[in-house]
Amino acid sequence: MSTHIDTYLDPRRLPLPFCPGCGHHTVLKALDEALVSLQWDPHQTVIVTDIGCIGLSDSYFSTNAFHGLHGRSITYATGIKLANPDLHVIVLIGDGGCGIGGNHLINAARRNVGLTVLVANNFNFGMTGGQHSVLTPHGAITATTRAGNLERPLDVCAIAGVCGAGWVARSTVFDPDLPALIAQGLQHDGFALIDIWELCTAYYAPNNKFTKRDMMNLLEYGGFATGVLIENARPEYAAAYRKAIKEEAGKQVDKGKVLEPRFTHSIEKRLKVMIVGAAGGRVRSTGHLLGQGAVLAGLYATQRDDYPVTVMTGHSICETILDTQPIGYTGIERPDVLIWVAEEGRRQAMAALTRMTAADRAYIAGDLLPVQSEAQIISLDFERPDLRVRAQNRAIVALGVVLQQEKWYPFEALEEAVQQTQREEIARSNLEALAMGKKLSINV
Amino acid sequence: MREFLDGNTAIARAAIDAGCDFFAGYPITPATPILQAMMRDLPRVGGIAVQGEDEIASIGFCIGAAMAGRRALTATSGPGISLYSENLGLAQMGEVPLVVVDVQRLGPATGGATTVAQGDVQFVRWGTSGGYPLIALSPATVADCYNLTLRAFDLAERFRCPVFVLTDKEVASTMDTVDTEELEPIPVRAREIASPECAFEPCNYPSLDQNVAMSPFGGPHLLRFTTSTHDEQGYLTKNPVKIDRLNHHLIAKIERHQDEIDQVRADLQEGAEVLLISYGITARAVEEAVRYARAEGKRLSALTLLSLWPLPEKAIGEAIASLCSFSHAQEQGREEIRIVVAELNDGQLRREVERIVCRPLRSCRPQRSVQVIGVHRIDGELITPQQILQAGGVA
Repeated sequence: MSTHIDTYLDPRRLPLPFCPGCGHHTVLKALDEALVSLQWDPHQTVIVTDIGCIGLSDSYFSTNAFHGLHGRSITYATGIKLANPDLHVIVLIGDGGCGIGGNHLINAARRNVGLTVLVANNFNFGMTGGQHSVLTPHGAITATTRAGNLERPLDVCAIAGVCGAGWVARSTVFDPDLPALIAQGLQHDGFALIDIWELCTAYYAPNNKFTKRDMMNLLEYGGFATGVLIENARPEYAAAYRKAIKEEAGKQVDKGKVLEPRFTHSIEKRLKVMIVGAAGGRVRSTGHLLGQGAVLAGLYATQRDDYPVTVMTGHSICETILDTQPIGYTGIERPDVLIWVAEEGRRQAMAALTRMTAADRAYIAGDLLPVQSEAQIISLDFERPDLRVRAQNRAIVALGVVLQQEKWYPFEALEEAVQQTQREEIARSNLEALAMGKKLSINV
Repeated sequence: MREFLDGNTAIARAAIDAGCDFFAGYPITPATPILQAMMRDLPRVGGIAVQGEDEIASIGFCIGAAMAGRRALTATSGPGISLYSENLGLAQMGEVPLVVVDVQRLGPATGGATTVAQGDVQFVRWGTSGGYPLIALSPATVADCYNLTLRAFDLAERFRCPVFVLTDKEVASTMDTVDTEELEPIPVRAREIASPECAFEPCNYPSLDQNVAMSPFGGPHLLRFTTSTHDEQGYLTKNPVKIDRLNHHLIAKIERHQDEIDQVRADLQEGAEVLLISYGITARAVEEAVRYARAEGKRLSALTLLSLWPLPEKAIGEAIASLCSFSHAQEQGREEIRIVVAELNDGQLRREVERIVCRPLRSCRPQRSVQVIGVHRIDGELITPQQILQAGGVA
C-alpha cells in the first residue's frame, strides 16, 4: 500500500447500528485500530460474519466481506483461506455462533487453519430478544432461562486450546490493550481466537443487573483467565496442505484402462451370471474380471454389486451381464448361470435357484450341497487335497472352472484382463487361482 | 476402444477434465468413490481436495473457495443433501457457481445406503427456503455421467448457481462397457471476470436475466458477498423494489434461458400410441422395453430427460403432441393416448407430467384423452422393462 490507511471502517456506512452502550462498538473500533496498526491491503483482507448483531459488522468495513448463514462463517473462511492462502481472513461471531457453529470451531482449531476468530461474547442472543447461548453464565436470567440458566457455560478458549488452536486469548471491551491483543491475534500464522467479553445493554446487562464489576468478578471467581492463554507453534493448515501434496503435483491422474477388443466369443444372446459369496471373498473382483475379459472379447458387459453396509462380514453378490449389444437394464431376475461359493449368501442363492430352469447352470461349492432346483447343479470340490482352495480364492477359482466349462470367450482374454488391470502381486495370485480353476474343471 | 467403467469414476474424471480445482466432501455411500478419486487426483493437477468435518462444512468450504476464484465440486447422497440445504439456498442467493453431485439412495432418512432410488427429484428442486430455481442434470448411462458433469460445470459458470448432477446408486456404481468415443470432453467456459479497470458492483446485474461478472476475493476489486436480501453493492436492504428485482433476477436468469439448459433423448416413433418417459437408471429399462416391443412390431415412443430442472416442459409437450399427431389409435377405435412415467419413487416426475398433460393439447383434434400411468418402485429394486410395457398396455 502506497498511502497510509487511517481507518478500515467505511465512513459512508457509519454510524454503527448497535444499541447505545453495546460492546460491539468497542470490538469493531479495536479491530479497526488493529488493522490500522498492521496496514493490511483491504483487497487482501476478508471479514467473514454470520448471523446476530455482530453479523452486521462486515458492512461497516471497507475490506472484502462475506456474510453467511448462522454458525457457518468458519467454514466459508476455511474455504477462502484454502483457495487463496495469501488472504487475511477474519471471522466475527457472537456467543451464539459458538453454539451452532461449535463443530466448525473445534475442527478449524484442530486443523489450525489460518483464521482469526473474534468472539463478541455478550452472553446472550441480542438480535432475537435475549435468549441464552452456550456461553451464558450459570444462573443467568435470559428470555429462555427465566428461573436462571441451568446449563454450564462453555469455556470457548479452553475448547479451542485443547483442540490445538495456534493462539488463544481472552479479554474484555474494557481492556485498553484490546487493539494490540487483536493485532497480535491477526498476525498469528494459524488458528487464532479471542473471546472478548462485553455487555449487551438491551438484554443481558439489564436482565441480570450485570455491570463491568460483575464481569470482572465472574472472570476472577469463575475461573476464566485473561490475556494470551495459548501459544502453540503448529504448521498452518493451508500451507501444510500445500507442502503435503507437493510430491503429488504432476503425477498421472486416473484415465482408466482402455480395453481393446481382440478376442472372439461364443455368446449369441444376453447371458446373466450371478456370483454369490461372502464379503472379503473377492466376489466383486471376480465379477469385474469376468466383465473385463468379456470387453476384451468384444462383448458388452455390466457389473452390479449388492452387499450389506458391513465390510468384511455378510454376503457379497455380483451380477455380471454379457451381451453382444449395449446393455440397458442391468437387473437380473433369473440368472442363466449361478456361481455360489460361501454360506453367507445362502438366502440370495436359494432365491435364485428357485427361479432357475433346466436350461440354467448352477456351479456350487460341494460343501453347500445338497440344494433343490430345476437347474443343472455342478459341484465344485474346493476341498480337493491337491488344490485346497482358500476361502478368499473360491470365487475366482470358480470363475476359472465356469469359463473353462462354458467357453463364453477364450481363457486368454480373462488372463489378459488380469494382467492389464491388476497390480503385479494381485495379478499373480489371481492367475494362480484361475489356473487352479482350470484344473478343477477337469473333474466336474 | 472400450472401457469397463462406473459412473462415479466417470464423474470424477469429468470434474478433472472440466478444470475443477477445489473439492470438499464427507464420506457417504454410494458417493464416497467421488470423494476418494478427487482426494487422490486433484492435488496432482494443482487443485485442493479436503474432507470436511461434516456435509455442512464441506459445502461451506466449496462456497468460500468458489468466491475466492475456484471451480468447486462436492458430492454426497440424499442424507447429505439434507445437510447441504441451507447452503444451497445461500449459493442461490449469493450466485455461487457450484457443482453438486447427488448419488441418490433409498430414503427417507438414512434409508438404504447401498440401495437404489430416485427419491430426491423434488427435494433438490424445492429443498431450500424460499423455493428459488436451480439446475439439475440426470445421467442415465456412464457416458452421460462424464458428459453431463462437464456440462454441469459449464452451466454453473454460465448461470452462477448450484448445478446438480442427480444420479443414483445404480448409474454411479454399476460397471458398464463404454465406447470411448461416447465420452465427449466439451469445453467448459471460463468464469466471467469483471475488468480490473472498471468500477465493480457485485450485484448490479445489467438486466433482470443477466449475470454480473465476478471478482474473486483477493482480486482487483473489493467483493461484498451476502446471503441476505441485498442491493447492487451487496448491502442488506429492506427496500421492496430492490428485493423484488433481486428475487426476480434469481428466477429470470434461469427461466428465461431455459433453452440453454434443456436436454433430452427423444426416440419418437411414427404411429406410436404410447410414450414412455423416464430418467436416470430407469431410462435404461425404458430403452430396453422399447427395443423388445418394437422387435414384436409394437409402436411406441420414449423420452429420456437428461435435464430435470428446470423441467424440459417444451420437449415433454412436443413428445406428447407427437403422439397425438402420429397416433392411429383413433382409426383403430381407441380414444386414449398413454403416457407411462417410470421412476424409483412414488411419482415425483409423474406429477409434473400430469401438470403438463392438463394443458390443452392443441395438436390433438378432436381432443383425445390422455392417461398418465406411473410405474413406481420404492422397494430398492429396479423397475423391469416388462413392468413398463405392461403399464403401457404393450406387453
